[in-house]
Amino acid sequence: MTEIIQKVKNLSIGFKSKKGEEILILRNISTNIKKGETVGIVGESGSGKSTLALAMMGYVKHGLYTIGGECEFNSSNLLKMKNRDLEKIRGRKIAMIPQNAGQALTPNLKIGYQIDEALQLHSDLKEEEREQKISELLNKVRLPSPETIALRYPHELSGGQQQRVAVAMALAGTPDLLLLDEPTTGLDVTTQAHVLELLNFIAKDTGTSMVYVSHDLGAIAQVSDRIIVMYSGEIVLEGPSRDILKKPIHPYTYGLLKSIPKLSLAGLPQSMPGSQPQPGTMHRGCSFFDRCDFSDEKCKSNSPQLEYLEELNTSVRCFNHKSLINDSKVNQTVNKIKTSLKDKEILNISEVSISYAKQNLLDQVLNRISDDNPTVKDININIKKGETIALVGESGSGKSTILKSIAGLLRTKGGVIKFDQKRNLSSDLKERDPNDLRIIQLIFQNPDESLNPNHTVEEIIAQPLKLYFGLKGEELKKNIKELLQKVRLGEFYMSRYPRQLSGGEKQRVAVARAFAAKPDIILCDEVTSALDVSVQAAVLNLLQQLKEDFGTTYIFVSHDLAVVRAISDRVAVLYQGRLCEVGPSKDVYQFPSHPYTEVLLGAVLEPDPDIKPKLVAEDIVEEKPPQKGCSFQGRCSRILGDICKNEIPPWQITNSGNSIRCHIPLKELQKDQIN
Amino acid sequence: MKLDNIYQEEKKSNFAKVSEIIITMASRPSGFIGLSILIFHVILAFISPYIAPYDFKAINPTLMLQAPSAEYWFGTDDLGRDVFTRTILGGRTALTITFFGSLIALLWGGLLGIFCGLVGGKTDDIVMRIVDAFLSIPWILAMLLIVSLLGTSTEVLIPALGFFYGKGIVRVARAATHDVIAKDFIISARARGHSNISIIWHEIIPNVRDAILVEGAMRWSWMLLGFSSLSFLGFGVSPPTPDWGLMISNARGLMSFAYWSVIAPIVGLSSLIIGINLTADAFAKALGIDRSTKAPV
Repeated sequence: MTEIIQKVKNLSIGFKSKKGEEILILRNISTNIKKGETVGIVGESGSGKSTLALAMMGYVKHGLYTIGGECEFNSSNLLKMKNRDLEKIRGRKIAMIPQNAGQALTPNLKIGYQIDEALQLHSDLKEEEREQKISELLNKVRLPSPETIALRYPHELSGGQQQRVAVAMALAGTPDLLLLDEPTTGLDVTTQAHVLELLNFIAKDTGTSMVYVSHDLGAIAQVSDRIIVMYSGEIVLEGPSRDILKKPIHPYTYGLLKSIPKLSLAGLPQSMPGSQPQPGTMHRGCSFFDRCDFSDEKCKSNSPQLEYLEELNTSVRCFNHKSLINDSKVNQTVNKIKTSLKDKEILNISEVSISYAKQNLLDQVLNRISDDNPTVKDININIKKGETIALVGESGSGKSTILKSIAGLLRTKGGVIKFDQKRNLSSDLKERDPNDLRIIQLIFQNPDESLNPNHTVEEIIAQPLKLYFGLKGEELKKNIKELLQKVRLGEFYMSRYPRQLSGGEKQRVAVARAFAAKPDIILCDEVTSALDVSVQAAVLNLLQQLKEDFGTTYIFVSHDLAVVRAISDRVAVLYQGRLCEVGPSKDVYQFPSHPYTEVLLGAVLEPDPDIKPKLVAEDIVEEKPPQKGCSFQGRCSRILGDICKNEIPPWQITNSGNSIRCHIPLKELQKDQIN
Repeated sequence: MKLDNIYQEEKKSNFAKVSEIIITMASRPSGFIGLSILIFHVILAFISPYIAPYDFKAINPTLMLQAPSAEYWFGTDDLGRDVFTRTILGGRTALTITFFGSLIALLWGGLLGIFCGLVGGKTDDIVMRIVDAFLSIPWILAMLLIVSLLGTSTEVLIPALGFFYGKGIVRVARAATHDVIAKDFIISARARGHSNISIIWHEIIPNVRDAILVEGAMRWSWMLLGFSSLSFLGFGVSPPTPDWGLMISNARGLMSFAYWSVIAPIVGLSSLIIGINLTADAFAKALGIDRSTKAPV
């Protein structure tokens, strides 16, 4: 039997409410971390997964306190230890890798110095040895030319590189246990795949145990041997990762897996109703009861205990898990999306370029933008009425910039945006008339920021109604009620403030506000990325339903390729503000032709341990688009030579209507797909 | 659904909101003390004309510099006037002038700050440089100039004080506006095509109101000190109106043998300033603004 290095026993952590009630964040958690294994802790926001990970290094967040239980490491309880003793363990025995390395690194100290500090604290090496160790560590996390990296400041590195430095710092003390709190969440898909691969390598190479906390089952599937699923402060399922992902025997995990959109499957995943109970609201019964498809009377009043099933080596907290064992193979059923495409083109974007360059005085006087290498260039997309077109790409690809220009928030440098063949929308806000503004509405990524915290839901939805239609009194109220009904929220939400709503409910209010203007086009800027998976599916389904009802056109921006696959009819792939490929989703996803599309799709993580990401290109981040030639030349693995560097590639159109911008002949591009 | 239970908090009336804030303020020891002092002073200012035992301007040469006694609680001053009477009346003018002064400061400073924060660009640059230029002039010199040109009437003092104390509020309001301006709900309102006035009124003011109110409350106490300094220098209210600054100024030469004539107005003035300060701090905490992390401008 392998050695257990961390033992969590009956751990409960909570806080005291204003009324003096004890409110539990973690309820009676018991688990063991064995030497050399990687454990994934997965759960939606508020499930207590981060609190658990922090407790494993003896840290309890300010305001919370340990109610009972212990975290045993090397047979001493971390939660009762003095700070001085904890200092000896943290970094040396247990190290932590934070979510946002960019914020965790000190901005005014060089990388080498920061790693040196960690080494001074956590090892007994002499100065010369330390220097060597630094480049060794940087080498281990596969940073190019460690000597030069050590002399750089954190802001000179890309997000992926910063995360690697954080890994190197954590490894400085050769810890036995590595805690990772959402280490890849803020990274681009390709970078994320590379970092995960590195973590896998390090786990094998050093034999360090890892606890990997994430909301992303895709990432968890790639790294972990064992998975712990948390729901409202409890472990609901714990077992070998393959079994859990393939045959989840807890209804929550089952529902969660069903609600994740998959690359291989077009159409919208089914959503789980409701949302996770807030801490302190649970009194009796199973915490998942409200949302469970398998519940019965027993679940309502009795809380199930964690039950260990020997034959599966799995612990499960459910009365009815037996009924799931038989039919729990995740047969995903999707709601096929219906599109009533009209041949009428609603929005023509031609030759659009957008620049963020600052105007000098002469340009200001002449009211022009002179920038020969603008952020976004040569965008040509014609959007049909009633379709959902998705703009995809990594951060910095200009997808949000294009949205802003369509909305009028940003001036275009050149090119024409035309609505309905006649109305010119190239101007910015001030020059557009109210009706031009009404036809295009925006939905933002984060509903916390897009809803005024000091307005009630009623006031929020009333704004466009008052502005565009001048509604008042009873009629206004009636319209608001109708809109709320359309987004499946009850009338009683009208008097609530955004802070009283859950994330999904807030996004529904934002959707209702957008539809209040009766727009023709809705711009969706990463509308689901701030939401939990189970809620994401519900919002996507709602958007699709509304589209079918109103015949609205969506321009959908997302970095999540699986989400895009689920909802879009057509995809435009962008790199560095230039289009790479435009085509019907099914063709782009089934036969990715452009080298960049291939890279992007290859890096997507699926919640299936058998599907490994394909790492085609390096994860370098380019600051600026190249002056001439193909935008992807810097990272392309199939670069032909000088032609790619000097000439802008031509558009090639496939039989299925897929436009690809590449110098490589179509035949060759398509040949590879078959292999 | 169970979730609904904890979200029962419905929209509250303004009265309920205000009383909740006051209760939160009073639940802290410092807030309780501050509020009590402030309320005590305000009540005193209202009722003092009716409870004053003597006429504040009655000069009595036979009673010069009497020590405190049962008859004259705080003694008498160098003109034989009752110090108790003058002390309880002395806060009235200061409190009234500075209250309306801070109101004016809040109004023009807050609105200009919000406007500059919202429009940005050249307008913002120009206005802010002018504000900076005014900030660099010592206010007391400028006040002395205004007062000597236009006199010391209330009609002059209130707007002049309001103007000079509003400059700082411009910066605070602008900074607070910058915090919310980048949020998506403002961008969303802009994209919908709301006018600047509508954005200021509906989107920004509800979000910066608290910060500006707290700043205004702090300015009130500073303005009180400033106003008393003016009186002390002889540029505030004119004698024989009872005023703390004036009383301190008159009696300061007699401090060595008639301490009572100067102690009472000093206690009055400083307790009121402390009271307003503590109240403003408690107000900030009750609203969830932590002043300790923000440097005053």
